[in-house]
Amino acid sequence: MNRFVESLRQLLGAEPRRPSREDLTPEVVRIYDEKRQHKLTKEDLEANAAAHEKSAKRHKWRNRRWAVLIAVNLLFVLSFQLDVQLVEGSLTASRVLGFHMADLNAALQIMLAYKHVVLNLLIGTATVFLLWLLLGGRSFCSWVCPYHLVAELTEKIHLKLVDKKLIKGRSFHRGVRTVFYVIFALLAFATGYTVFETISPTGILSRAVIYGPTLALLWVLFLLLFEIFVSQRAWCRYVCPIGLTYGIVGSMSPVRVSYNMVDCKHEGDCRKVCLVPHVLDVTIRNRSTDIDVPLGADCTRCGLCVDVCPTNSLNFEFAGSKKLD
Amino acid sequence: MSKTSNKRAKSPRQRAKTRREFIASTALAGAATLVALAGLAPVAGGGTHRLRPPGALKDAQLDEDDFLAACIKCGQCVQVCPVEAIRLADITDGAGVGVPYIEAREQACDFSCDGLQCVLACPTGALTHDLDYPADTRMGFARVARPNACLAGQGKGFTGLTRGPDFEGTLRYDEIDRWNPIPVAEHPYDLELCDLCVRQCPIEIRIAQCAEGAPPSGDPNQCPPRHAIALEPVDDDGRMLPVIGEGCVGCGVCEMICPVEPTVIVIDIDETADTLKAASASNVISIQGGA
Repeated sequence: MNRFVESLRQLLGAEPRRPSREDLTPEVVRIYDEKRQHKLTKEDLEANAAAHEKSAKRHKWRNRRWAVLIAVNLLFVLSFQLDVQLVEGSLTASRVLGFHMADLNAALQIMLAYKHVVLNLLIGTATVFLLWLLLGGRSFCSWVCPYHLVAELTEKIHLKLVDKKLIKGRSFHRGVRTVFYVIFALLAFATGYTVFETISPTGILSRAVIYGPTLALLWVLFLLLFEIFVSQRAWCRYVCPIGLTYGIVGSMSPVRVSYNMVDCKHEGDCRKVCLVPHVLDVTIRNRSTDIDVPLGADCTRCGLCVDVCPTNSLNFEFAGSKKLD
Repeated sequence: MSKTSNKRAKSPRQRAKTRREFIASTALAGAATLVALAGLAPVAGGGTHRLRPPGALKDAQLDEDDFLAACIKCGQCVQVCPVEAIRLADITDGAGVGVPYIEAREQACDFSCDGLQCVLACPTGALTHDLDYPADTRMGFARVARPNACLAGQGKGFTGLTRGPDFEGTLRYDEIDRWNPIPVAEHPYDLELCDLCVRQCPIEIRIAQCAEGAPPSGDPNQCPPRHAIALEPVDDDGRMLPVIGEGCVGCGVCEMICPVEPTVIVIDIDETADTLKAASASNVISIQGGA
């Protein structure tokens, strides 16, 4: 399916394709034309935005997501500290009520480095694969990864600095993440060490939260400073192979954010809050080929766009049918 | 099929921007790869050689490359250890970050879980699942590093707390609580001749239990086939010194329990009973009366 291929292209770093007029369904063309004839005034838009800003739903998904992220990580900590053994281990591998779980990327690195696979690891990898296939792939990033949360918070500092023109944000080519993916895979295979795990802030933070602070946190601090002063969300956008691994899982996932172009005013607020704005390319005028378009595999299902959209044009859905509320 | 219509000719400014981005991206890839590779330096230099938990993979030369490759750095072994002997290495170990080790002098593995819980917990087999019993473990090998300082070697006894009141290490004392380890600092001794390293050796304790017909968990397979440590006379004045036998697994309890500062007995990690036996059978003294 073309949309599936396009979604993977973007995941690997390609710029979104602009559809030509012929690619759009007649219905979509009609709606776009209609919108052009009824131009909204700036006042209308501002009133809309102001009303939405006051809405009780303004931070609904973000608040849910933060609660889940903190709860999951806290569950690891409390399980260990109180010795209740609900969740043993850390985010790289764990046992949940006795069931093996292994982070897909960590497991992959080990298979490449060690070149043997024990049954427990295979079970753990399959369990986690199915879990995130069901839950939306990169939803691991925004709903579980502790680095995502701290990076999300420090991002606000970066944006403030940019806003005050104190710094100029730098962007890189997104394809560099794919290059990293190959480099880390080759290094694991060639050196026999899980080279990426050495610098993975996800693993470092997860272990520090559970087992106590380490010097390795300095590396995480360095990454955050880099993101504050040099490049917005650089680790998640341009480096992390965990994100790419889960992105591939997410390309087949039924849980996703879907765009409906009918009421969209094409203001672009969603792309401003998005970690991976290329998946929201469809929200630009004349880029949506259909009335309803699911966002691409790189989407972390963080819900910031759903929260910020004043027209309810973006929503969580399950396999194109049921809207998740 | 959607066709691309964004292949418009780029302005010189756009092209310059693209080129800058390409150079920056290449620099980013290079820098991050270098940082990741820097993590290999500590392991390549052997600086990360440590006492590892039971069953940690190593080859005949005790090289732990497989162990470092297989460990997923999750810490499940840390969580199941009843005496909390296992720690995770920091970033100073480079690629060994997050990999478990044991600081024997602070807290040795006393096998008080009996079933090798860390091995069972390991999801990747970095702690090999081929290991079934404490006596089959090969973590290292004890060595009497400072025989002149040994209390028994001077014919002295030991009274009081072996590591002082502030020592945080724990041990399982079967006679006190079969299931829960207690702080060593809560267990004073009164010994006419100091034999702490022998008395607390998990292998020797098991041998004694088996001799009484009560092997751990009622499982005769738990009975160690060979002695690990014994005091042997050095002269006729009652002075004795510990001698390490080929049953030693290198768990480190002797190193932890030794009341002398610094410890008289240490665990060597570049030897095990197997490597010593392979090197020369005569290197390992078979303790008299050994099973």
